[in-house]
Amino acid sequence: MSGKNGSITIAVASGKGGTGKTTVSTALARAAHKEGRKVTMLDCDVEEPNSHIFLKPRMEDKWQVSITVPEVNKEKCTACGECGKICAFSAIIVLGESAMTFPELCHSCGGCWKVCPEDALGEIKREIGMLRTGKGLGGIPFIYGSVRIGEAMGVPLIRQVKEYIDRDGGLTIIDAPPGTSCPAIESVRGSDFVLLVTEPTPFGLNDLKLAVEMVRVLGIESGVVINRCDVGDNKVREYCAAEGVPVLLEIPDDRRVAEAYSRGELPFEALPDLEKKLSDLLGDILEITSKSKETAANK
Amino acid sequence: MKIAITATGNSLQGPVEQRFGRAPGFIIYDTETKESKYVDNKQNLNAMQGAGIQSGRAVADQGAGAVLTGHVGPKAFATLDAAKIKVYSNVTGTIEEAIKKFEAGELEHTGSADVEGHWM
Repeated sequence: MSGKNGSITIAVASGKGGTGKTTVSTALARAAHKEGRKVTMLDCDVEEPNSHIFLKPRMEDKWQVSITVPEVNKEKCTACGECGKICAFSAIIVLGESAMTFPELCHSCGGCWKVCPEDALGEIKREIGMLRTGKGLGGIPFIYGSVRIGEAMGVPLIRQVKEYIDRDGGLTIIDAPPGTSCPAIESVRGSDFVLLVTEPTPFGLNDLKLAVEMVRVLGIESGVVINRCDVGDNKVREYCAAEGVPVLLEIPDDRRVAEAYSRGELPFEALPDLEKKLSDLLGDILEITSKSKETAANK
Repeated sequence: MKIAITATGNSLQGPVEQRFGRAPGFIIYDTETKESKYVDNKQNLNAMQGAGIQSGRAVADQGAGAVLTGHVGPKAFATLDAAKIKVYSNVTGTIEEAIKKFEAGELEHTGSADVEGHWM
């Protein structure tokens, strides 16, 4: 994703929801901005975007995002069934005298249009959500997507948000959705580094393992932030040590963080001694990514 | 006519499976020859989406003219409707009992889905 010009993309993800992805990603963007770096913040959690609550951006522009789905011309369709064979999502199927579509299942891959021998498929637009651009605290470029209520197709919208990755020498921080399914994978895919936020609980550990496996399949460097590090047990640390996943930062559970969060303020700004640690975290990530790039370049 | 009954396994004494899209299999019963066979549908159990559509396709491929099951969602119903397959929902008891009720004309087919889709 990053070019030779030094652009870096860091995705902040987690298997488990509610571990602090948004808190960490916005804090990281803020830290980078304070250091004078050129930073862009993308909220790819299109099903539940919330970075804007903390970054308080002045939104400048917004528009609808649509995907193209097939429309069957029943005069031309011969019910040959080719479209149904190529569709992996049952969004188009031939039964009876012609093809029928289920637009809400369509991933807009284009396969059915290509294989239709009768030129019987037209194109119609289906709105899936909104994209908004603006500037957050201190002028940080901020872009987020939000899917239409009831919409299950988040991935094409996430791709649109990712079009705003800074490929011109800057740093991009991505707030990814939780979990390890398509939206999470699409959000972190192509990043230079994935920062996995977890908590030291059995749930945190279980979902961290899934997330670590996901980034390994994608071949991306990763590290862990343990949030609320003084609750729960030691098993997340033991797992990270055994798997060679670096724990880059531990953040204690602190009432001041919860209070700031409830007011919609950047939560970690309530802990003044964390500022240096966040700056170090950013430094560590940049060092890891530059090393892995050198290794890749030497190969 | 062939009828498809949602099933948990290859037994006429087994219960009518209450889910259509994610039924583990179908008993295909021929009302003329009185013969039946089991068709596996397990690949659909773990489908993320579109299970009802694929199950509809599967029973259409078997040449069924009617489906006896528990509940049918909107996409499955649309699929079965397009294939001109009559849907008999809210059928309970064993598969054998369901066949008897169908042959005795005690079941009434439905004109729409009886449950919401799980996704939309």
